[in-house]
Amino acid sequence: MNWDGWLPLLIVLSSLSVGLVIFFLPEERVATRTTLNLTGAVLKLVLVGVIIWGVVHRHHYETRLPLLPGLDLVLRADAESVLFVTLSSGLWLVTTVYAIGYLEGSPHRSRFFGFFSLCVAATVGVALAGNLITFLLFYELLTLATYPLIVHRGTDAAHQAGRAYLTYTIAGGALLLVGTVWLYGIAGSLEFSYRGFVAELADGHRAALIAIFALLIAGLAVKAALVPFHSWLPQAMVAPAPVSALLHAVAVVKAGAFGIVRVVYDVYGIEFAAGLGVTLPLATVAAVTIIYGSMRALFQDDLKRRLAFSTVSQVSYIVLGIALTGPIATIGGLVHLVHQGVMKITLFFCAGNLAETLGIHKVSEMNGVGRRMPWTMAAFTIGAFGMIGAPPLAGFISKWYLGLGALDAGQGWVIFILAGSSLLNAGYFLPILYAAWFKAPPDTWPAERSFGRRETAWALLAPPVVTALLTLALGLLASAPFSPLQWARSITTLEYAP
Amino acid sequence: MSHVFLYALVGTGLFTLGLYALIVHTHLLRKILAINVMGSGVFLVLVALAARARGAAPDPVPHAMVITGIVVAVSATALALALMVRVRAETGRAELSEERPE
Amino acid sequence: MAAIPWGVMAILLPLAGAMACFLSPRRASPLGLITALGVVACAAGLGWQVAEQGAQRYAIGGWGAPLGIDLYADGLSLLMLMVTAVVGLGISVYSSGYFNREKAVNFWPLWMFLWSALNALFLSADIFNLYVTLELLGLAAVALVALAGGADALTGAMRYLLVSLLGSLAYLLGVALLYHSFGCLDIALLAERMEPSPAVMAAMGLMSAGLLLKTALFPLHFWLPPAHASAPAPVSALLSALVVKASFYILLRLWLDVFPVTAAGLGQLLGLLGAAAVLWGGLQALRQTRLKMLIAYSTVAQLGYLFLAFPLGSNVAWQGALYLLLSHALAKAAMFMAAGNILCFGGHDRIADLDRVAQRLPLSLAAFGLAGVSIMGLPPSGGFIAKWLLLEAAMRSGQWWWVIILILGGLLAAAYVFKVIGYAFTQAVMTHEARAVPATMEWAALVLALVAILLGLVAPWPLALMEIGLPFGGEAAG
Repeated sequence: MNWDGWLPLLIVLSSLSVGLVIFFLPEERVATRTTLNLTGAVLKLVLVGVIIWGVVHRHHYETRLPLLPGLDLVLRADAESVLFVTLSSGLWLVTTVYAIGYLEGSPHRSRFFGFFSLCVAATVGVALAGNLITFLLFYELLTLATYPLIVHRGTDAAHQAGRAYLTYTIAGGALLLVGTVWLYGIAGSLEFSYRGFVAELADGHRAALIAIFALLIAGLAVKAALVPFHSWLPQAMVAPAPVSALLHAVAVVKAGAFGIVRVVYDVYGIEFAAGLGVTLPLATVAAVTIIYGSMRALFQDDLKRRLAFSTVSQVSYIVLGIALTGPIATIGGLVHLVHQGVMKITLFFCAGNLAETLGIHKVSEMNGVGRRMPWTMAAFTIGAFGMIGAPPLAGFISKWYLGLGALDAGQGWVIFILAGSSLLNAGYFLPILYAAWFKAPPDTWPAERSFGRRETAWALLAPPVVTALLTLALGLLASAPFSPLQWARSITTLEYAP
Repeated sequence: MSHVFLYALVGTGLFTLGLYALIVHTHLLRKILAINVMGSGVFLVLVALAARARGAAPDPVPHAMVITGIVVAVSATALALALMVRVRAETGRAELSEERPE
Repeated sequence: MAAIPWGVMAILLPLAGAMACFLSPRRASPLGLITALGVVACAAGLGWQVAEQGAQRYAIGGWGAPLGIDLYADGLSLLMLMVTAVVGLGISVYSSGYFNREKAVNFWPLWMFLWSALNALFLSADIFNLYVTLELLGLAAVALVALAGGADALTGAMRYLLVSLLGSLAYLLGVALLYHSFGCLDIALLAERMEPSPAVMAAMGLMSAGLLLKTALFPLHFWLPPAHASAPAPVSALLSALVVKASFYILLRLWLDVFPVTAAGLGQLLGLLGAAAVLWGGLQALRQTRLKMLIAYSTVAQLGYLFLAFPLGSNVAWQGALYLLLSHALAKAAMFMAAGNILCFGGHDRIADLDRVAQRLPLSLAAFGLAGVSIMGLPPSGGFIAKWLLLEAAMRSGQWWWVIILILGGLLAAAYVFKVIGYAFTQAVMTHEARAVPATMEWAALVLALVAILLGLVAPWPLALMEIGLPFGGEAAG
């Protein structure tokens, strides 16, 4: 086996091994731990860079290890996995820096960063999985690795959130398992391939294929927080801010959405799935989730809860895009996988900064905060405008393609969903921005910590600024080569029959 | 052949009787005796089934089995009696407590 | 190398070890450890031999079947022997730290006897020899349970002894009937001569009932939780991990080789009882307030899974059940050891008060968690592979209702495992004196749990070993 055959595995191991080492580090070895964390993150990013270069130059990266007779553990770099793996390893580096700053001086950091690394290893595994059983393996590993992060603070609320998270995700994992076994029983293979592999089974297994689709999607919808499986996500807000960032932008929710992409495109094939009549119900569920999430977000005073409901809504854009049968909508859905991650992580970093620096947890406490923390709030503003879909930011690109794609696919009703949702987005973000920039600040903040002349610690400030700039760049440079948009375009050409 | 069958039937009867006693009696000594009665029943069946055609020497293998079985039964009984003594010393009664620690 | 009778040595070595430990009580612990290493080497040697040369048969004393005692090692017995060796080594290392000198004197000879009986049982080729080894195993196990002393352990041991004797006698009566019908005891010969008759049916009923009682299949499980929960931690580990599997192994052998396959109805019955065990054991485990009782009921549930293979009857299903047996042995031993560490550290095992101890024992808690992953059947773990195979078999045979049981069982397991783990993340302040736990005990638990996880990644290898000698009747795989 040559180098190309080990690279995908190395990407997974780069954070897995770091995580395992960190578990055994004594609490006070801060410098070693930080070095390990950053080395792992940078190394992973470099390896991902190599993979991007290779995939463009038609290298075939595939690690294949026997798992069961007839079934292999497959890690492979194809067009979709490169998109997701780039997103998660890029954002992971940023999140690691942020987490180091955020958790400075708090207890049990070795445990935290250990599971943190495992979490990303699992996500990268999800991204690179080349068949459904490998996907399932890493998907469940993600569940297990995330749980300790959610209950990290050990409060009653954290335990409750952890229980809710487990109840939903373990049950979801069970559905996914049943669907996978059933599919294997019928098809005898689980390998992802462009335009799917089940089409030839349509005669005689039509009903079974529809049932399996429902099982798989239901299992994935739990992590993607589709209505009615979403309620664990707002509860999980009690976790530390870097964990929220991980849940909402890098790992968990994305793994669910990415799994839906895999099932619709690489198991069933979008055109076959549409012929089976299963994509329209999926699009409908996504549309309901978009509106429902936005409506709930409107009435949350807790900042992180508001952001959480916003995620419920925004992730469904991805699902909506990929469930509308048409190349342009697909581009919109896939590109939003990246754009939503970058924008939402910015917002969560900012929310974390407000909580850490000033003790602000509620929207109603944010009056005049823009003057106290201008950099943070500037980043927040960019993220929020991106979410609303204002040009020239990343979110605009997503919504533009989704809208065009809906018209192209003959689903005009989607335009109303998009418009309504954007209005609601504005409805829950603009008041925050107004209060932060234009209202007078209070005499004292709830719990202020001083960081000298800077508004907050650099490790907390740099990440949101970087991701905010990225939000801007993704919008402005959308047509540049190798942008997520161009990448999504090339995936689409592979997934639709010429 | 009929007397062989009779022995086997008696053996099975002893086995059943012992099983009944094992279930209904609470005192441990009675339970241990019941197990022994069951054992004797099985051995009787084994010995009876060893008979071949009238006049021929009986099959030696079941006899060997019975001897081994008796050795096992003796050691098991010894262990059981020793345990019973300990239970009695510990709880004051030679019975299995009814309230199970569940 | 090739001619060395590794299998015979695997029986004789622990027997000699038991004698040595008994005769030299002051050096019992190191002697036991050395013996354990030796047995592991024997198991490895036998593994190499079987993998290279196929199934092995030893005629003890050169007599040969039908008169003499034969030992037989195929893939099935080899795997049982190997998992016993790995778990046994773990238990030995753990025990060297666990017992004080006074208890160790009694523990080591008994444990070595038990190990010898287990190895002999897995290698026995005839049904009477199986009876003898089963009795040896039962007597040693009962004595080990009683080792803890105290009313709970003694009554638990007493109940266990009576149940064990009852099961063995039922089995022996079946042996008598089979011998009468076919005039032989050797499993392979019996398989050749087998013809259905009322006597065979009666023998099958008696032997199955006796073995089910010993395997603690629902509703015959009543004796298991008190016995397993009240024993000392290493003893609980070896009872749950190995001893109950021995009677299951005999049942599997008889079912696969001896009994006529016409008994489809009985297979469904066993499956139903297994399903009931999975659900009942899981629910009871969830209700327990004591950690060791929780783990003991989890064993009841996991044993239920093994019986789901009987109604399916396919090669894949047997492989699944056997894989579950292997991974459960490792995971459950690790779990009981971790519980033992927690008990030793904090002086109690009340689940609700675990928050005061669990955080201070990260290695033991990790062992518990990793073992839990396998018990829940989540990937990557041996438990997952087993569950996948069973699910696949159920789907292929069209008996989808077993799928529901498998999934519900997994969810229940997740519920009770996380009930415990949740307490590890409470930030409560320790309020009482704690005893230090030797590092060997923590690592023994963790390593066994890691092996259970590792079984999820190396599945093709044990699955290929299982096929040596075609214990499942040579049906094409898949």
